[in-house]
Amino acid sequence: MAVTGAVLVLFLIGHMLGNLKVFLGADSFNHYADWLRTVGSPALPNRTLLTITEIVLVVCVALHMWAAVSLARRAAKARPVKYAAKRKSQANGYATHTMRYGGVIIVLFVIWHLLDMTFGTVNPKGGDATPYDRMIAGFQPDRWWVALFYLVAMVMVGLHLRHGLWSAFQSLGLTRRPRVRSTLQTIAVAVSAVLVLGFVAAPVCILIGVVK
Amino acid sequence: MNLTLKIWRQKGSSDKGRMVTYRVEDVSPDMSFLEMLDVLNERLILEGDDPVAFDHDCREGICGMCGMVINGVAHGEQKLTTTCQLHMRHFKDGDVITIEPWRAAAFPVIKDLVVDRSAFDRIIQAGGFISVPAGSAPEAHSVPVPKADADAAFDAATCIGCGACVAACPNGSASLFTAAKITHLSLLPQGQPERESRARAMVEQMDAEGFGGCTNTGECTAVCPKGIPFDTIAQMNADYLKAASK
Repeated sequence: MAVTGAVLVLFLIGHMLGNLKVFLGADSFNHYADWLRTVGSPALPNRTLLTITEIVLVVCVALHMWAAVSLARRAAKARPVKYAAKRKSQANGYATHTMRYGGVIIVLFVIWHLLDMTFGTVNPKGGDATPYDRMIAGFQPDRWWVALFYLVAMVMVGLHLRHGLWSAFQSLGLTRRPRVRSTLQTIAVAVSAVLVLGFVAAPVCILIGVVK
Repeated sequence: MNLTLKIWRQKGSSDKGRMVTYRVEDVSPDMSFLEMLDVLNERLILEGDDPVAFDHDCREGICGMCGMVINGVAHGEQKLTTTCQLHMRHFKDGDVITIEPWRAAAFPVIKDLVVDRSAFDRIIQAGGFISVPAGSAPEAHSVPVPKADADAAFDAATCIGCGACVAACPNGSASLFTAAKITHLSLLPQGQPERESRARAMVEQMDAEGFGGCTNTGECTAVCPKGIPFDTIAQMNADYLKAASK
């Protein structure tokens, strides 16, 4: 859970930085997208970096989901008789309670996101347009519900990371002392917040017409 | 004050069990929760009924025998308090109180609110000790222990093994208990020789007992009557990872 999650977080950081290039204009964004396909060329074939990334991501997502499902199944087996009284959470961690259903929402979002921005199946411009045009067309005001879905999904990602990051530090045994624990807690909150803001910046700015 | 109790009644391990509602009248706010149940039981005995079975021993919050889930919270909502030290002044007249046993596959119900916590004993047997020649206590200054380590080890050692952590965990995990026992020895010089084999053996026994996996929800430490720090689970994970990587 912790290790696969860490790989996915590293990918998210790179993905967010790439997205922010949309604010530098169409040329910068398209050039970056093109670079991702041709990096290492001509020594390496096109899409080398992308293919490696895709394989690593698919493996990590699969293992992450497998770990989550086996934890949930172990939990169900460990408590065959449920409590009659509604159990009130004593730990104040809202994000913690969103992990399982939040993960499902994030998977659904990723499927839509790939159909929208990668394959162009549900994008108004289709798969043949430039990456910049696809992104701009995807979040136009008449498609406000798409931008809204992205916003909700990113908040879910933020909550997932809020608990996930700190939980990964704990699972890897890094939070043994109170001082280190509170530092890592702060890092978990900060990284989650920066990622959410970085990801929602583009859809929101396109929706309100700041980026055209 | 007058209360309505909804209590889990189960004749034995093979009985299916059910919630039964009782009225208890004239409860004094000065009574402890267990004394309130004693009042109910005395009445049940006089009426020829079977009294509600529950575990208890010292009734001063240090032995770890008592424990029940009160209104969905292990040991009730009062923080850092065992069931025996919970007083009726925290409830009000007319309250409906639901009382259930710890719910975990590894803690089978013996009767009513009494569960079998032998799984904890087997986790301790797997490695929760140090192998040293027994004899008279050595001179205290012969093995120096840094103050910070001594304090952290003592914090972990205050675990009374009541099982509230398992009862509260949404995953039914025994990680806080096991981690407390591992941490209290792994922070002290006496615990070093067996540190890694201990972590490995105790974690494997914990899993073999059928407890769930830890997802770091923090419910355990929030209900723990001794306030065992959540950091102990990180210590357990660190020791286990080190042992497993060899």
